[in-house]
Amino acid sequence: MFLVPDSVGRFFHRMASPPHFYAFTERLMPWLVVIFVLLTAAGLYGGLYLAPADYQQGDSYRIIYIHVPSAWMSLFIYIVMAVAGAIGLIWRIKLAEIVTISSASIGASFTFIALVTGSLWGKPMWGTWWVWDARLTSELILLFLYLGVIGLYEAIDDKRVASKAVAILALVGVVNIPVIHYSVEWWNTLHQGPTVTKMDKPSIHVTMLIPLLLMALSFNVYYVIALIQRMRVELLQRERNSQWVKTMVLEKKR
Amino acid sequence: MSLSRAFFAIIRRDLVLALRRRSEIANPLFFFILVITLFPLGIGAQPHLLQAIAPGIIWVSALLAAMLSLDGLFRSDFDDGSLEQILLSPYPASILVLAKIIAHWLVTGLPLLIVAPLLAIFLGMPTHSLGILLLTLLLGTPVLSLIGAIGVALTVGLRRGGMILSLLVLPLYVPVLIFASNAVEIAGSGLPVGAQINILISILLMALVLAPWPTAAALKMSIN
Repeated sequence: MFLVPDSVGRFFHRMASPPHFYAFTERLMPWLVVIFVLLTAAGLYGGLYLAPADYQQGDSYRIIYIHVPSAWMSLFIYIVMAVAGAIGLIWRIKLAEIVTISSASIGASFTFIALVTGSLWGKPMWGTWWVWDARLTSELILLFLYLGVIGLYEAIDDKRVASKAVAILALVGVVNIPVIHYSVEWWNTLHQGPTVTKMDKPSIHVTMLIPLLLMALSFNVYYVIALIQRMRVELLQRERNSQWVKTMVLEKKR
Repeated sequence: MSLSRAFFAIIRRDLVLALRRRSEIANPLFFFILVITLFPLGIGAQPHLLQAIAPGIIWVSALLAAMLSLDGLFRSDFDDGSLEQILLSPYPASILVLAKIIAHWLVTGLPLLIVAPLLAIFLGMPTHSLGILLLTLLLGTPVLSLIGAIGVALTVGLRRGGMILSLLVLPLYVPVLIFASNAVEIAGSGLPVGAQINILISILLMALVLAPWPTAAALKMSIN
């Protein structure tokens, strides 16, 4: 930690203390919700109303505003999970452990949404719900990796131990994700994939791109909101015997 | 005792233990043969169909057999406490764990290589691809043991870790399955398979270097 400036280090030290985190996020939450609502409204308005229909796909391409951001989030969250896991393993920071496990189910949901919307999009465009395309297959495997993380956490009773196990698994998974992705891509190109999936990629127009980026941002904010909510619940459950939780509950009662 | 002597002592101990309990060697082998026998029964015995999917069948069965045998890797040592002694010893845990994985592969992975050609002929695979099949099994099954060891180490403390183990380990097996079965398939049609073999070698080397660390860390975690 000697490489980071003092003020940053102090900020993280303070944030790593559960009572401080709990109080801070309580004040932060309304702002996040406002930002999320504004971003989503702007993104959906731009995407569903302002952006022109695609010259090939008509209006059905508009599912891209849900599909692509969720696919991005599914990968991004796995990386967050692994980084938080590494921090938790190295510096034994309790909050980092909670970030890891709280991210897992959110990431799994985004992966699931990406798969379902992709399937819904695939039916009118490719004429089939599912093809063993490289991206689809690696997304499916990503879902299994997430489910493995969740399953392992649930299976171990001692939650401190479970967090460590999950962190190790997330790190192993993050090393494997590029290998899995490229091997699946290679497998697909060798196997002469179905030609329907070879959509030529037209460069996307600005009026379509801006809403897409807005939606990606709004999904990121949503992830932070969901993560904080889950972390707060997990924190209360783990620290239910500590003094700060007791005083807080008593104060709330009054 | 030097590190290399400790390393070989663990391998020898595990091999002796396996020889005393021969069913541990035989069970994965029978499972492997049985699963491959089920495929013709399930999909029909058309020779050209079987021939086309033979590499995939053999490799998927090898994957499942490797996964089923994983539980024996640390189970008995965990139960009788010798795993704790191994981790308490002054030698680096990752190296001693590697010795256990190698011994486990010699007992459960290597026998698959002996029966695989026979099963390949049953499925009507062309004889000129048998060499490649053996080579992929030789390179791929150690990777299965190495990656699987991480999963077992994470779940060895659990009472019912079997189902969760498959969820942890099978997605990580995907690259090996893809390159190995693809190499056998390509070899069947007489094309060069240098690229696939090279990738399998690199995966093996990477797993050999990287896998023992998380395994050792997970074992230390499981023991507490």
